[in-house]
This record gives sequence, structure tokens and C-alpha cells, in this order.
Amino acid sequence: MNAYATDAHHDDDHHHGPPPGLMRWVTTTNHKDIGTLYLWFSLIMFFIGGVMALVIRTELFQPGLQVVDPHFFNQMTTLHALIMIFGVVMPAFVGLANWMLPMMVGAPDMALPRMNNWSFWILPFGFAMMLATLFMEGGGPAAGWTIYPPLSLQTGNALPYLIFSIHLLGVSSIMGAINIIATIMNLRAPGMTYMKMPLFVWTWFITAYLLIAVMPVLAGAVTMLLTDKFFGTSFFDAAGGGDPVMFQHIFWFFGHPEVYILILPSFGLVSEIIPTFSRKKLFGYNSMVYATASIALLSFIVWAHHMFTVGMPLAGEMFFMFTTMLIAVPTGVKVFNWVSTMWQGAMTFETPMLFALGFVIMFTIGGFSGLMLAMTPIDFQYHDTYFVVAHFHYVLVPGAIFGIIGGVYYWLPKWTGNMYDEKLGQAHFWLSTIFVNILFFPMHFVGLAGMPRRIPDYAVQFTDFNQVATIGAFGFGLSQILFLVLVIKCIRGGKKADDQVWEGAQGLEWTVSSPPPYHTFSPQPVIK
Amino acid sequence: MSESVQEKYYVPEAARWPLVGSIALTMLLGGFAMHLNGSLLGPTFMVVGLILFIIMLFGWFGTVVNESESGIFRKWEDTSFRMGMSWFIFSEVMFFAAFFGALYYAREFSVPWLLGEGSGLSTHDYLWPDYTEIWPTNGPEDLGESDFHMGWWPLPFLNTVILLTSGLTVTWAHHAIKVQNRKQIVQGLFATVALGFLFVFLQGVEYVEAYHEGMKMTSGIYGSTFFMLTGFHGMHVTLGAIMLTVMLFRAMKGHFTAEKHFLRGGGLVLALRGCRLARTVHLCLHPVT
Repeated sequence: MNAYATDAHHDDDHHHGPPPGLMRWVTTTNHKDIGTLYLWFSLIMFFIGGVMALVIRTELFQPGLQVVDPHFFNQMTTLHALIMIFGVVMPAFVGLANWMLPMMVGAPDMALPRMNNWSFWILPFGFAMMLATLFMEGGGPAAGWTIYPPLSLQTGNALPYLIFSIHLLGVSSIMGAINIIATIMNLRAPGMTYMKMPLFVWTWFITAYLLIAVMPVLAGAVTMLLTDKFFGTSFFDAAGGGDPVMFQHIFWFFGHPEVYILILPSFGLVSEIIPTFSRKKLFGYNSMVYATASIALLSFIVWAHHMFTVGMPLAGEMFFMFTTMLIAVPTGVKVFNWVSTMWQGAMTFETPMLFALGFVIMFTIGGFSGLMLAMTPIDFQYHDTYFVVAHFHYVLVPGAIFGIIGGVYYWLPKWTGNMYDEKLGQAHFWLSTIFVNILFFPMHFVGLAGMPRRIPDYAVQFTDFNQVATIGAFGFGLSQILFLVLVIKCIRGGKKADDQVWEGAQGLEWTVSSPPPYHTFSPQPVIK
Repeated sequence: MSESVQEKYYVPEAARWPLVGSIALTMLLGGFAMHLNGSLLGPTFMVVGLILFIIMLFGWFGTVVNESESGIFRKWEDTSFRMGMSWFIFSEVMFFAAFFGALYYAREFSVPWLLGEGSGLSTHDYLWPDYTEIWPTNGPEDLGESDFHMGWWPLPFLNTVILLTSGLTVTWAHHAIKVQNRKQIVQGLFATVALGFLFVFLQGVEYVEAYHEGMKMTSGIYGSTFFMLTGFHGMHVTLGAIMLTVMLFRAMKGHFTAEKHFLRGGGLVLALRGCRLARTVHLCLHPVT
């Protein structure tokens, strides 16, 4: 390390700690502070989006209309999705990246620290704009998060606010992704070659490319909606030579890579956690990297599998079916690698490991139902039923969210310097796992039996399974309060964590103290 | 490796401008939304937001320029800026890709289907049996009732030549920086900026001509794609020309030494503009089937 201590051309040694007061958080350029902001924002939005989900489940407890009117129900389904995708999973990933990427590659901070601040501080404004629509004339957006025209063009005063909030969230994501790419490419420690980078870094690297490739496409799609509604263009109007289906193509060209944006960093988190608690190196590191890259590349040529029933030429249906099924290959490589990592390992089952195991099993269930949906003739039966809802909630809740929660437990002792309450953590895992299955598993059955999604009422025959799902929803929602309590408890005190924290943990982040100093790795370590 | 000689990376302390930027964007876009919904307060919010945004740009860029001139940035930081700019330009390309995608879809799929090709036979027979128009088209309902379309000659062709030439002049300025010929830096940048604004002016002339002939944004899919693509492109040229104007003034003040310059970002913007316009001309303005 000292070999590089040559010319200290500018002296900024006089500031080590953060400035006091609230302005610290508003003006910070420190990657750890910004990571913390992102993570808290994500947790707050998780509860807001969760309450919306509970409104949906309450209405669906019985057939008929009891609690909310159908228009408000549609607003809840739309905003629940937008919040969970853009307000919870993506900010949580960016928060984890902010905290951990510089520490994992031996960088002094993120490459563009001021822009880093801006990419966070756009988010609260964007979501304030989106949520404010709930109180406007005509209510919030209610056409589903996919905002298909012509239905979405019938939105009331909310439409321009929704579109501009999506623009703001897109700007935030693009800036965050550019920052992550520049950090990884330019700020790695000497000797930290690409193929030595931890997998969380690799998965985020690839995710960042997906983000800068598709967020602008979404911005373009919603801009066309705006001009169709207010400026008389005919992109999605057949009378002028356009086509409503064109929106679906552009939207899903964004939407399918977006799906992988929501899962790839969780793949990385699980690939960090499983080797640590198996006390073995990750099995098949290289193939993990190549599999992630393959998934990302394939994600650009599968989008129309969301639109099998819209009326496409047969050749299109075949092409998108086979490319979609091809994705199962690299994904399978990943699952087999995780299992092989555990094989004959000296395993222990602390909370992060439990969440990672839950991820591997339940994400695979979601993956299999995805394979079923990939088959065109079968999708004709399942399209827009609760089977689809069950599928993507399995990959997103016990998939993406479990990965995030596992990552938080894994690094919480590093961030705070205190061990979390292990008993409470395990209780959180078991309650979450039991209730998440009670919540989503019955949806497979009602979906196969033909219950359509995004409708507040249903045929009486679906009542039993819907009641079970609603009970699961409240159980899962209440279990997350345990998580909030646990995080606050851990920040306020507890058994002190040593620098290593986990016996089997590898990587640069475990070489610094717990909690780490405000500025880490300046000067950089040299990786042998 | 450049990292091995530079031990410390510059991390700025407190940043006040990002919050100003967020407030400005929210007021600008929120005001626009209010305006679209018919609120009379909308334009006021937009103007205040825009002014705040410009103040933010001056403040933020000014800080960075001062830091750059005081010698805080070295090769390591400079590389981050370059990467940031390059990937930002990539994201811009993807934004245009959405609109080019719409153009492609309209020409290859939606219009032929409306004419009865492929699975569109019933649509054609039952909804618009009289529709026979191939590209360029304002749709089966003849929206705007004008068949005018923008040919490739003479204005679009001239504009293409102007943009390609501006790519040459900015490369000339870049070369001049490398060999530190200050006179040529200023000359090259001035020529580029002048060509940029000339392009925007001619684009305006073209729009006036189109509107005079009745071809508007509301003239079906042809008008939609034409004005959205060339409009966003014109916005990019304007912004790029403004950025290069700032660089011109900085060059006249003696900024940009051979080692410290950040012109490549601007140069890339111009080069890309050239490519994009060439594609626009071929795909959009040129009315082959």
C-alpha cells in the first residue's frame, strides 16, 4: 500500500467526519451516507407500497365489492406496482451498491460523488409527484403500471404528473447507473482485475448497462403517450397510421430488461452470502459471470413474450417463445452453482444464509412458473390470470426482496458495528417465508382456474383461496414490522461486531473496521 | 496504470446544487403538468423552475470549472468525467432509438397492416377499405388533410452537410488543443458553434415551410415521427451548440491546455448528431416505400 504513497498533491486530510445536522444528509457526497439514504427511502416506500397491497387483498377477501370502489382498486394495483419496482427494489439495490461497491473494489468513493447525491435527491421529489396524483381530480393513475394506451390516455389529471414522475425516476436511475459504471471501470484498486471482482460487483456492473440501455426507451415511450394525449400525435392511434400495440412493443423492450434489473443484483447478493456461510469459495465463478452476461444479452430479444395474446405473426410468437426458454439455461447454471457451492460445505444457518436459501428455492419456483408462461400455447390460457401474478411475485418477493433483506442482514453488522438480534432475525425469516407462501401459492390455483388479475370482484368459486391469500398478506406485512424494529435495535446498540463479522467471509469490505471509517481506501489497497 | 501514480481521488465535500436541481426540475415538470391540465398557474411554475434550473447549471458547472482550473482534477478524475459523458451519450442514443423504433414499426408493420397485409385483412376491409396510401401517410382518416411531405432536397440535405462539416471543425479544434495552437482552437470552435446555430435556423425554416403546407405534428404518423425526431434532435443540437459556446469562451480565456481538456465529450455529441441526422434523412425524410 505504501509503495504508492508518493506525491500527496492536495491535502484533504483535515476533514474526516461528516458535518453535523440535517444538512449532512441533504448535501452529502459520501457514498456511505447516500447508501443509507437510499436504503431508508426504500424501506419507507416498502411500507407505503405494502399498505396499498393490503388494500387490494382486503377488497379481495370476499367476492363482491365491499371496501373500496373499483376505480380506487385500480389506482392501488397501479401505484403498488410502480412503487415496489421504482421505489423499493431499485433504490434498495442502488443503496446497497453505494454502500458496498466502493468498499468491495477498494475505491475511495463513488466516481462522481455530486451526481451521486443528485440521483438520490431526485427520487423523493419524483415520488411526491406520483403520490400527489391520488388527491387530484380523477384520482391517481389506474391503467396498470404498464400504462397501455388507449386505456391509459383516459387517465384524468394524473396522467402528465405520472409521466413526468417516470421521467424523473428515469433520470435518477440513469445517473446512478453511470456512476456505478464509472466507479467499477475507473476506481478499482490496483490489482483488482475484472475477473477478481466479487459477484455483487459483477451483477451490478451488468445491471447498470441494462439501466442505461432501457430507461431512456421508457422515457421515449411515455413521451409519446404525452404527445398523443396533449399534442395530437398518432403514435398509438390507428386512425393516423399508428398502432396501440406499438406502445406495448416499446414498453416491453424496456420492460423485460427491467425485470432482470430487478433480479440480477439479488443474484449477486446471494452469490456473496452462500459462499460465506458454506465456508467455501463460490463454485464456478467464471460461469456465474458469463451466465449473468448471457441473461442480460438475451433479455433484449424476448420482450414480446409479454404480448403473446395481442395478435402477432406466428413467426414472432415462435421466436419470442424459444429465446425466452433459452434464458432458462444461464439461470439454471446459476442455481446449480449455488447448490454446488453448498455441497460438502461447513454450513451454518444465520439469518442472511436463511434468506439466501429461501431465495434459491422460491426464486426457482418462480422461474419454473415463468417457463410455463414462456410457452405460447399455454400462455394463451394463463395470460392476465392470477397465475401470472403468482409467477412474478415469486420472483420478486421471495426473489428480489429476500435477496435484499439477506444482503442487509449480511452487512448490517459491518455498517453499524453491532450484531443484529439473531433470534429476532430468524423469527423474521420464518414468519416471512411461511406467510409469503400462504400469500402467493394459492394464486397459482385460482389463476389456473381462470381468475383474472386487476379486477376487484371475482366468481364465488375462488373465495377460499383468496381468503387464504389475504391472511398470508397480512401475516407477511406484519412480519416486516419485525424487520424495522430489528434494524432500529441494531443501529442503537447490541453485541459489538468485530471487523471480520462472519467467519467465512472473504473480500475487502471485511478488512476495514466495523463500522468503517467515513472515508475508506484512500489511499487504495493493492490486491495481490 | 494511471491509478498507480495518483494516490488520492478527489471527493468534493458538500454539494448544494443537486437539491436546487431537484426542486427546479420538479417545478418545471410539475408546472408543465399543471399547464396541460388547464391550470393558469402552470406557466409561472415553469418559468420559475426554468430560471432555477439555469442558475443551478451555472452554479454547478462554475464550481467544476473552478476546480478544474485550480488543478484539483488529474487524469484519474478526468477519466471518470469522460466515462460519465460517454455513457450519458449512449443513453441519449437509446432515447432516440425509441422514436426510430416507432418509425420503423409504423413503416414496416402498422401501415402495411392497415393496408390489409398479413393479418390486417379484416381491419382493412371493415374499417378503412378505401385506404391505399403508402408511406408517407397521415393515416386512414387523413388526419390534417395534407399530403405534403418533406423531401430530402434541398434543406435536409444541406443540414446533413452542415452537421457533418461541424464534426470536422470540432475535430480540428480538438487537434489544435493537442498541439496547443490557441488561435486555431478558437477558430475551430467558432466555426462549429456557427454551423450548429445555422443548422437550428434552417430547421426552423423547414418547420415554417411544413406548417405553411399544412403538414403538422397532428398530421398522422408521418407528422408525429417527423416532428418528434427532428424536434428532439434540434433540441440536442441547440444544447450541444450552447455547451460548445461555453467552451469557446473558456478557450478564449485561455482554458484547455493540452493535458487538461474535456472536449471529446462535445466532439462525440457532434459526431453522433451527424450519424443520427444521416439516418433521419434516409429513414424519415426520404419517401421511398
